Order: sequence, then structure tokens, then C-alpha cells
Amino acid sequence: MADELVLLDFWLSPFAMRVRIALAEKGIEYESRGENVMNNSDLLLEMNPVIKQIPVLIHKSKPICESLIIVEYIDEVWKHKSAFLPCDPYQRAQARFWADFVEKKVYSLGRKMWDSTGEAQEAAKKELISCFKLLEVELGEKPYFGGESFGFVDLALIPSCCWSLWFEECGINMAGEFPKIFAWAERCMDRESVAKSVPDRHRVYAFLVELRKKLFAKH
Amino acid sequence: MGQMNGSNNDEYVRLLGAWPSPFVLRTRIALNLKRVPYEYLEEEDTLNSESVLNYNPVHKQIPILIHGNKPIRESLNIVMYVDETWLSGPPILPSDPFDRAVARFWDVYIDEHCFTSINGVAVAKDEEERKAAIGKLEQCMALLEETFQECSKGRGFFGGDNIGFIDIGFGSMLGPLKVLEKFTGVKFIHSENTPGLFHWADRFYAHEAVKPVMPDIEKLVEFARLKFNTSIFK
Repeated sequence: MADELVLLDFWLSPFAMRVRIALAEKGIEYESRGENVMNNSDLLLEMNPVIKQIPVLIHKSKPICESLIIVEYIDEVWKHKSAFLPCDPYQRAQARFWADFVEKKVYSLGRKMWDSTGEAQEAAKKELISCFKLLEVELGEKPYFGGESFGFVDLALIPSCCWSLWFEECGINMAGEFPKIFAWAERCMDRESVAKSVPDRHRVYAFLVELRKKLFAKH
Repeated sequence: MGQMNGSNNDEYVRLLGAWPSPFVLRTRIALNLKRVPYEYLEEEDTLNSESVLNYNPVHKQIPILIHGNKPIRESLNIVMYVDETWLSGPPILPSDPFDRAVARFWDVYIDEHCFTSINGVAVAKDEEERKAAIGKLEQCMALLEETFQECSKGRGFFGGDNIGFIDIGFGSMLGPLKVLEKFTGVKFIHSENTPGLFHWADRFYAHEAVKPVMPDIEKLVEFARLKFNTSIFK
């Protein structure tokens, strides 16, 4: 029931995108409440007083925080379809490892590339490229990181594709250097759950460029 | 041998670790809780170790659990793997999905905030930086005291009657916290300010799965003195 499930959301947040995709994959209805990340709402502060960040999933008045934890929660509660994590403990450990790698490296480096310039930006770019190299090998010939089915690692990584125009501008040629990841991203974007949850790349690019101008205008 | 999940049959278990590491400690406690026989291999020089490079080429870090020939990396991942593979004894993670999410959240908090602050105190370049890191760490303790009261519900551990995921995640930080207390003179876990944690720490240290593998504090102090060439350790 939509009235039992609320997502504190922000359109640009890749972490919120993961949760939107997960809910769509499971065909779950929910109420989305857009948060202004500059001014934390009372509800956000009540539901996530510790980290004060979206996304927060509120299920039957109980908050669940941190996007990958939320995704596992969704997987455990709604078991009827589209399992994100495999049953086998070793395969689960592998999926969690790579999702954690994506979490700690891809997003933080992508962010660094956006909010820095010069040498710092170049260093972040170099490191991001080496992460994509590892992911390209890990994906291999599989249609998804999860194998035949869209899964946990795919969910973790796919929101980063809406930053692809920014990556290109920084000199990372995704199609040329990482053809497998590029094809995988196209395959994911064909999924209805992803297409409706990940905003248009051009809109994201325009917003990031504008925000970056403001950021560097202050210094 | 603890009763296992069907697909993994009696395969040999090895753990690559380093005695000072709180992350390695987590995995040893989990294995002990489940009574899994394993071979422990001390890696003295992880950066140049062939085994570490071979089994964890991505991060080149320990702990690494090798079950048969399959490597499992990252301490919390390993703890979850152990919990899901060896099914006898009390579970480490609760069965209710919401409680599991809460347990996972606090371990993420402990790693990203608590451990980062512990490190922050150790590597602080000046008094100002150190004071800021100490302040942050004290905030973490206050929050974890509240969490302990909520999760334990009057029982002995974050996990209730038994050691659980948060106990393992935070308990592994007790050694580094004691080292910092010794060098800074600040009591992070205090009988008055954090009474729940204060008594919990004693119970944790005394637990049969923890006692045999908890590093000796004097050895940890010496290790910190050699590793961190910053002013508080001189």
C-alpha cells in the first residue's frame, strides 16, 4: 500500500535513484517526497537524525537509511520477484564486495572530479579510470554484473551513467575505453525501472555545470 | 564443525590477517561464534604479500577469508558470509529485515564515523585538529550509548542476549579506543557518561568467542607508538 511506504527523495541523488529503481523492479507503490537538500525538512531530521541524508525509506513509520541497506531491505521484504542478491552465500559476498567498491570509489571519485580543478581533478580522473578498468573486467561477457539477471551491483552502479556527459567532458571516453560497461549501461537503460528512475543525462549535465559555476564563483 | 549451509561441504577455511587489525578481529570473533575450525595466517607485510595480492588484488588488504579456494573480502562482508554459511548457534544478524537494516546501518556508521575519528585523533598534526577529532569521537560514543540502550532492551549486548553484528563491529574498536585513552588522557567509554557501553565492554571482552583473540592492549600501545609518528604517541 502506498500509504505505508514513503521515500524521502531528491531527483539528482544517485543514491535515491538506486532505491527508486529497486522499488520499480519489485513493482511496489510508494509515495515519493522530494527533499530540498539545502534545507533539511523536519521529517528528514526526524527519520535520519544521525546522518541527515536522503534517501530514507519509511515503511510503516519505521525509517531505513543508506541506499544499499535500503535495497537489501527491499529485497528481503518483497521476495516475490526480481531478487537482487543471489541465494548462494559466496555469490552474495561477491555482489556485496563489488557494490561496496562502487559505493566507495565510483561516486566519491566522480564527485571529486566535479568539485575540484587542476591536479586534484586529474588525480581523481586517473583513479576513476582505473576503477572502470576493474569493473570492465569484472563484468566480462555477462549481460549484467549479476549474471543473467539485473541485480545488486547493477543497481549500485547504474545511477552513475547519468553523469556520463560530465565524464566525457573530463576526457573519459566511456564507449571507446569501456565498451562492455557502455553496452551494459544501454542495456540497463532499456529496463523500464531504470528509464523512469534515472533522470535524463542532458538535464543532469546542465544542472551540474551550473552548480559547478556557482561553486567556483565563490572562490 | 558448525552445521553448514548445504552447498559448502567441509572445505578448508583459512584467514589471512594481521594481529593489530580491528577488522581482522571481527572476522575471528564471527568464526569463533560459529565454532568454525580455521587456519589463521599472520601477514606481517600485507603490501608485499603474494597471498594478499593474489586473493585481494583490488584492495590489497586483509582480512581475507579463504573458504576452499574462494576468497571473501571486507570484514563486514566476511561476518555476513560466516553467518549465512554456518547455521548452527545463535545468528549474528537478526532475522527481522528492519532489525537487520538497523544493525547494518550502525556498522556502516561505526566504520565511516567512529573509525575515521579514531584515525583522526591518531594522525592529527596539531592540537586543534586533535581536539576536533576527539570531539567527534565523543559524539560517536554518546550516539552509540543511546543505540546500545535501544537495541539491547536491558539485555547484555547490542544483539540482545547474544553477541550480534553491532557488538562485533563496535567491539573490535575497543582496543584502538583504549590506546587513544592512554595517550590522550580522555576517557571515551566512561562509567558515568556511557554506563551502558562501559559495562557492555567488560561483557564483550569476557565472552568466550572474544577473549582468546582480543589483542593485548600493551602490545597495541607499542604498535601504535611505532606506526603513528605523530606527537601524541611520543
